[in-house]
Amino acid sequence: MNWHAIAAIYRFEMARTFRTLMQSIVSPVLSTSLYFIVFGAAIGSRIDQVEGVSYGAFIVPGLIMLTVLTQSTTNAAFGIYFPKFIGTVYELLSAPISFFEIVLGYVGAAATKALMIGLIILLTAHFFVDLTIQHPVWMMTFLVLTCISFALFGFIIGIWAQNFEQLQLVPLLVITPLVFLGGSFYSISMLPPMWQTITLFNPVVYLISGFRWAFFGIADVSLGWSILAIAVFMTTCLATIGWIFRTGYRLRS
Amino acid sequence: MTTILNVSGVTKTYEGGFQALKGIDLEIEEGEILALLGPNGAGKTTLISIICGISTTSSGTITVGGFDHVKDYRAARDMIGLVPQEINLEPFETVMNTVRFSRGLFGRPRDDARIEEILKLLSLHDKKDSRIMTLSGGMKRRVLIAKALCHDPNILFLDEPTAGVDVELRKDMWDIVAKLKQTGVTVILTTHYIEEAEAMADRIGVISKGEILLIEDKDALIKRLGRKELIIECEPPVDAIPDGLAQYALTISDGGELVYSYDTHGDSTGITGLLADLRKAGLQMTDLSTRQSSLEDIFVDLVKEDAA
Repeated sequence: MNWHAIAAIYRFEMARTFRTLMQSIVSPVLSTSLYFIVFGAAIGSRIDQVEGVSYGAFIVPGLIMLTVLTQSTTNAAFGIYFPKFIGTVYELLSAPISFFEIVLGYVGAAATKALMIGLIILLTAHFFVDLTIQHPVWMMTFLVLTCISFALFGFIIGIWAQNFEQLQLVPLLVITPLVFLGGSFYSISMLPPMWQTITLFNPVVYLISGFRWAFFGIADVSLGWSILAIAVFMTTCLATIGWIFRTGYRLRS
Repeated sequence: MTTILNVSGVTKTYEGGFQALKGIDLEIEEGEILALLGPNGAGKTTLISIICGISTTSSGTITVGGFDHVKDYRAARDMIGLVPQEINLEPFETVMNTVRFSRGLFGRPRDDARIEEILKLLSLHDKKDSRIMTLSGGMKRRVLIAKALCHDPNILFLDEPTAGVDVELRKDMWDIVAKLKQTGVTVILTTHYIEEAEAMADRIGVISKGEILLIEDKDALIKRLGRKELIIECEPPVDAIPDGLAQYALTISDGGELVYSYDTHGDSTGITGLLADLRKAGLQMTDLSTRQSSLEDIFVDLVKEDAA
């Protein structure tokens, strides 16, 4: 293993995060606070409770997932797209480094950043609502696994994208709707039966459900399904990345 | 001398069917400086990209220091430093950070003292904390060289190192290459500029349309392929070639001198006969001189022949 290379990529990417601190960390915190104000205070005052949990607290796991999914995807996508765009990717391709090490560096950094933001949001949420986490270890497990899998997904997008528009396309047109419709702000049991069935095809439902279970012990789908869903997603991403590096897809001509 | 890089039967055909390399064979000795000369689109950059691992081959094998560049890619790439043609740099980073990053990628532990030595060699030391975007074009090119040198490679590829740089920097670049040669680094550079190859290289390869037309010791090449010109001053200056001299390849210069062009490696230069015939034609010679053709003339001839 070329550990120095992994560390070099990781540090380089993390340095970018700290250089752009306002945009990287302050803006997700601000937007989450806005969600709390709008959904928690304005709408929450009319909903009262969902399955025994106050609405303000109920949306916390969903809000964290919304940000973590978007952040890990866009960070990893940008991380590998940017060297392609400015041409410095030549260095990655000519260095004595394996694809696995490249992925570890970029995905590790993107996942770390998303995790940091997720935890900051959790902290912010404490200022708005009373929160007790029933299964803290599971909560962290779900959070970390989600950060890693979606960073892998973002990495694929970054390799696939040939311009900035494509880079934004998937997070904007796929992830955001899936998260909003995946039960971030409601329990799927609140939906009409037909929509409940349709929703089960949304993979994000399983993530949010598992994550919410770790907080409150309530879930839309069973914990086993949630774990399976994230495992399948992660494996698919890993397999795709493996294929990309074997074939050199959009990397090596 | 030991062979440090061996390229054998390497071809490259792109998806659209364009054949960029048509069976390249190349052997590079340790410590030498090889200049690859060729027009645009000859395949110079493609060849370098393949050796460095940026592109793949369609067929053929490459070994670097005896290591196969695909099977033992770590050991092979570890020996190579690449300075690309385009200035590809992270604009927001500082010089020091971006060189540190390169050193890390090549699996070397952090060593700022070594990096600073390299920056000094490249007259970049006072810019080490500057952001790349604030540097001039020439400085950016030096940063690229620093990045390529920071893991102490055995072989350095310089892809058109002086394309678009001013004369002063070009001379600096030549000095840098000379210094590197002293430290035992093997240098392979591509260039359009013949004078650059003449100034720096030990051997010269000419590549055109994906084929290496020749590869030879620089001095021998100039000698072997060199055409010479014999300049004959006459009194009074000539304004037309006398009838008796029609069989010779003669031209008349602006100053009224006769210029005889001949091949130094031909069976006979024809000089003796010409001089005898000049006397017969009644011309009075006041001076004789010869001029060796430059590498540029050789190069243009080769590429023209190849096109024909």
